[in-house]
Amino acid sequence: MLDVQNLSMRFGGLLAVDQVSLDVQEHEIVSIIGPNGAGKTTVFNCMSGFYKPTGGKILFEGKEIQGTPDYKISRLGMVRTFQHVRLFNSMTVVENLLVAQHRHLNNNLISGLLKTPNYRTREKKSLDRASYWLERVGLLELANVEAGNLAYGQQRRLEIARCMVTEPKLLMLDEPAAGLNPSETRDLNQLIVSLKEDYNVSVVLIEHDMSLVMDISDRINVINQGRPLASGTPDEIRNNDDVIKAYLGEA
Amino acid sequence: MQDLLYFFQQLINGLTIGSTYALIAIGYTMVYGIIGMINFAHGEIYMIGAYTALIAITGLAALGIAWLPVILIVALVCAMIVSSSMGWAVERVAYRPVRGRHRLIPLISAIGMSIFLQNYVHLAQGSRNIGFPALIEGGFRFGSADSFQTSISYMQITIFITTLVCMTLLSLFISRSRIGRACRAVSQDLGMANLLGIDTNRIISATFIIGAALAAVAGLFLGMYYGSIDPLFGFIAGLKAFTAAVLGGIGSIPGAMLGGLILGVAESMTSGYLSGEYKDVVSFGLLILILLFKPTGLLGKPEVEKI
Amino acid sequence: MAAHNLKHALFCAIVTLVIAYPILGFNLVASGTDIILEGAKTRTVILVLLAAVAVFLFQLFRDNVMALLGKAPALNPLANRQPMEQGKRLKLESIVLTLIIVGALFWPFFVSRGAVDLATLVLIYIMLALGLNVVVGLAGLLDLGYVAFYAVGAYTFALLSQYYGFSFWLALPLGALLAALFGLVLGFPVLRLRGDYLAIVTLGFGEIIRILLNNMTSLTGGPNGIGGIPDPTLFGMEFGRRVKEEGNTSFHETLGIAYSSEHKVIFLYLIALVLAVITALVIRRLMRMPVGRAWEALREDEIAARSLGLSRTAVKLSAFTIGAFFAGFAGTVFASKQGFISPESFVFLESAIILAIVVLGGMGSQIGVILAAIAVTTLPELAREFSEYRMLIFGAAMVLMMVWRPQGLLPMRRTHIELKAQE
Repeated sequence: MLDVQNLSMRFGGLLAVDQVSLDVQEHEIVSIIGPNGAGKTTVFNCMSGFYKPTGGKILFEGKEIQGTPDYKISRLGMVRTFQHVRLFNSMTVVENLLVAQHRHLNNNLISGLLKTPNYRTREKKSLDRASYWLERVGLLELANVEAGNLAYGQQRRLEIARCMVTEPKLLMLDEPAAGLNPSETRDLNQLIVSLKEDYNVSVVLIEHDMSLVMDISDRINVINQGRPLASGTPDEIRNNDDVIKAYLGEA
Repeated sequence: MQDLLYFFQQLINGLTIGSTYALIAIGYTMVYGIIGMINFAHGEIYMIGAYTALIAITGLAALGIAWLPVILIVALVCAMIVSSSMGWAVERVAYRPVRGRHRLIPLISAIGMSIFLQNYVHLAQGSRNIGFPALIEGGFRFGSADSFQTSISYMQITIFITTLVCMTLLSLFISRSRIGRACRAVSQDLGMANLLGIDTNRIISATFIIGAALAAVAGLFLGMYYGSIDPLFGFIAGLKAFTAAVLGGIGSIPGAMLGGLILGVAESMTSGYLSGEYKDVVSFGLLILILLFKPTGLLGKPEVEKI
Repeated sequence: MAAHNLKHALFCAIVTLVIAYPILGFNLVASGTDIILEGAKTRTVILVLLAAVAVFLFQLFRDNVMALLGKAPALNPLANRQPMEQGKRLKLESIVLTLIIVGALFWPFFVSRGAVDLATLVLIYIMLALGLNVVVGLAGLLDLGYVAFYAVGAYTFALLSQYYGFSFWLALPLGALLAALFGLVLGFPVLRLRGDYLAIVTLGFGEIIRILLNNMTSLTGGPNGIGGIPDPTLFGMEFGRRVKEEGNTSFHETLGIAYSSEHKVIFLYLIALVLAVITALVIRRLMRMPVGRAWEALREDEIAARSLGLSRTAVKLSAFTIGAFFAGFAGTVFASKQGFISPESFVFLESAIILAIVVLGGMGSQIGVILAAIAVTTLPELAREFSEYRMLIFGAAMVLMMVWRPQGLLPMRRTHIELKAQE
C-alpha cells in the first residue's frame, strides 16, 4: 500500500537521506532501524508531509503523495506519532481524542451553535469512539485528567490511541518504546500486534529496541548515514554482515 | 535630462533616509539575532534619543556655544548615553524577567513598554511637535539654474558619512572585540555559550546598549532632517526600520544596512512619483510581501522547522 | 557580596537619573520661532531624585526585599484555595452572569444620560474585546491590526447609509459580514506566518486601511470623516423629535408619551447590550465546539495538530474571521452611536487598548475580559486627572502583567468536556 522510491532529502549542503526505498504491504509491520542520526526520522517527516523531499517518489495506494501538505496526508489515512511525545498538554485525555476526530465531524458552525440533533449524535459518536480506545489502551479511568499530568508510558499510549481514533490505514510510530520500562514495552508489543491483527492497520516502526523490532516486524529496513544498508526479514537482518559491521563498528 | 535629475534627487533623498533606517534596524536585527524577540520599544528609544539631542542642542545654545562640531558631538554623546541607558533599563525591567516564556509574552511586554515610553515623553514634553534646528545648511547643486536642480545638502552628506562610520565601527567591533565574538557565539546557541562560561546576560545587555546608541545617532539626524519631532514619531520610524531589518533578513547586520537603503529609496520614489501620502502604504506593503514570499529576507539564513 | 550589591545599586540609581532627568527635568518650550529650554518644577526634580534613591535602596536590599515578598503569598488567604469543582463553577458563573444581565437591562432607567452613553461605549469595547479574545486568547494569534475590522464595520454602515440610505438593521449584519470577509481575505495569506511576524503584518494591515480611509477623500471624506449616520429604529419608529424618513413614525408619538432625547440613548444602550450578550454566548458555545478545541489544539502544539489532519490555515482563519465578524458588529454600533466617524477613531492605539483589555482580563477568560473592559473604559471617565496618565498606566500594566501574571487577573479556566462513566 505504501511504496517509497529513491527518497532523498537535502538540507543545504547536507544530504540527510539518500536514495532510500521501502515498501509496506497491507497487514504488515515494517521497521526502519539504524544508528542515531541515520535519517530515520527525516524519512518519516517526508512520508508524513512535514518535509517536501528533494528527490524520489512516495506512493500511497498507488497515488503520488510526496509534497502533499501534512494535514492532507493524515486525512488519506497515514497518521504518525512523534519521537518526543506531542500531546495537547492542557487538554484532558478525552479531549485529545476528540480533537483528532475533528475532521470526521461536520464542521458546520450553525448546526453546532444550534445544537441540532444531528450535531449531538455526532458528538456522542466521537465520545463513544474515544472511550472505546481509552479502554483499549487502559486509560479510561484517567479520561478527565489533563494529558500533561500523565506518566510517560501513559502519554505514549495516549498518543497511539489518538492516532487510532482517526481510523488510519497506516500507522507510523517513531520510537514508541523509548523511555518505557520492560513491562510497558511488552504491553506495547502486544498492542502493536493487535492493531495489525484486530484492526487491520499496517505499521511502520522506527525503533532502537532490537528485541521489540525482531519480535514483531514482518520486514526490516536498515539505514546508515542516510543510505539504505539492507532490508529483509528479521532473520536475514540478524545475519547480515554489513548490518553487524555498522552496528558493532560504532559500538 | 530633467527627468534624470529628478530621479537622482529622489535617489539621494532615499539613500539619506534609508541610511538612518539602517541605523535603527541594527537594533532590531541584533536583538532578534540573539534572543529571537521583536523589541517593539526600539522606535521609542530612538525617539528619546532625538529628544535628548534636541535638549542638548537647545541647552548649548542657551549657554552661548555656537561652534558646530562641539554642538554636534555633545548632542550625539548625550543622546547616545541616555538612549543606551534606556535600552539597558528596558531590557532589565521588561524583557529579562519574561525571557524564555511563550513567544507572545515578551512581545506583549514590549508593546506595553512602547506605549509607556511614548506617554512618558508625551507627559514630560507635551504632545505637540517641536521644531528641530537644521544646524548644517547649504549644499551642492547640479543642473542649470532655470530648470530642475538636483541638490545634495551638506546635511545629507554628513548623515551618509556618519552612518558609514558607525557601520564600519560596528562591523569591526563584532568581528574583532571579545564582546563581539561573544555576541556571535550567543546568537548561535545561547545555552551552549552559557555553558562555556560566557555571561550571556551581559552580552544581551550589550546588544541592547549598542542598538540603542545607534538608534540615538539616527534620532539626532532624522530630527534635523525632518525639522521637527513629536512623541509619536518613533513609532512609525520603528516600524519602518523593522521592515528594513526583515527585508534584509532579520538577524543579519549587513542585511539591515541593505534593507534600510532599499526601503528608503522605495519610499522616496513613491513620494516623488506617486504621492507622499502613500509612502507608508508602500513600505508596509513591502513588509507584508517579503514576509509572505521570502520570510528569511534578502541575506537571512533559511530556517528548518524542527519536528 | 555586599560590595557587589553596592556597586550594582549605585549603577542602577545613576541609570535612573540618566533616563529620567534629561527628559523630565528640562522642558522644551516653543517661543516664537525659537525653542527655549526651561527647568522643570522643583517638585518634578525632587521626585526624580527620590526615584533614584528608591531604586538605590531597592537594589541594595534586593535580596532581603525579595525574600520578604516570597513569604507574602503565604499570607494571602486565597492562595491555597482549591479550584472549585467544574459543575459547581459553571452553575455559579451562569447565576452571576444572569444577575448582571438582568441588572444591566433595568439600570439605564435610573441613571443619567451621560452614564448610559458611557455604558454603551463600554459594551462596544466588551464586544471588541470578546472578539479579539477569540483571536489572541483562544487561538493564540497576536493581531495588532484588529481595529481595522472595527473600521470596516463602522465605514460599511456610514457609506451604505450615505449613498444608499441603508438603515441600521440592514447595515448591522452587512457590516459584520463584510468585516468577516476582510478578515478572511487578509488572513488567508498571512496566517501561515510565525506568531511575532503575524503581529507585525496585522499591524501593517491596520495602518494601511487607516491610511487608505484617510486618503480616499472622494469616497470616505478623508480626515473629515462621514457624518449624519442615522440612528437605529424600533419597528419603523424613529427616536428623533421629527420623523426623517417617509413611512416611519416617531417613537414618542406612537406611544403617546412626551419626547425625550433619553429614549434614543437608552434604546442604543439596549441594542448594544443585546449584541454584547449574543457575542458572549456565541463565543462561549464556540469554545466547546470542535472548532474551539481545534483552536486550542493548534495553540498547544501546532505540529501535532497538523499530523492529525487539522489544516493550520483553516483553523486559524476561522478564529481570525470570527474575531473580525464581532469587530464589524461593534463598528456598526459605534457608527450609529456617534453619528459621525473619521479615521481618527481607528488608530493603532485603539488596537493596543483592546489588546490591553484582553491581556489584563486574562487571555481566554470571558468574565475577566468583560471586567477589564469595564475598568479600562470607565476609570479614565471617573477620575479625570487620571485620564492624562491612562495610556502610561496601560503600558506599565501590560509589562507588569506579563512579568508577574501572564495568565491575567482572572485566568481562563476552560470548561472541559467530561467523559461520564458508562453503565
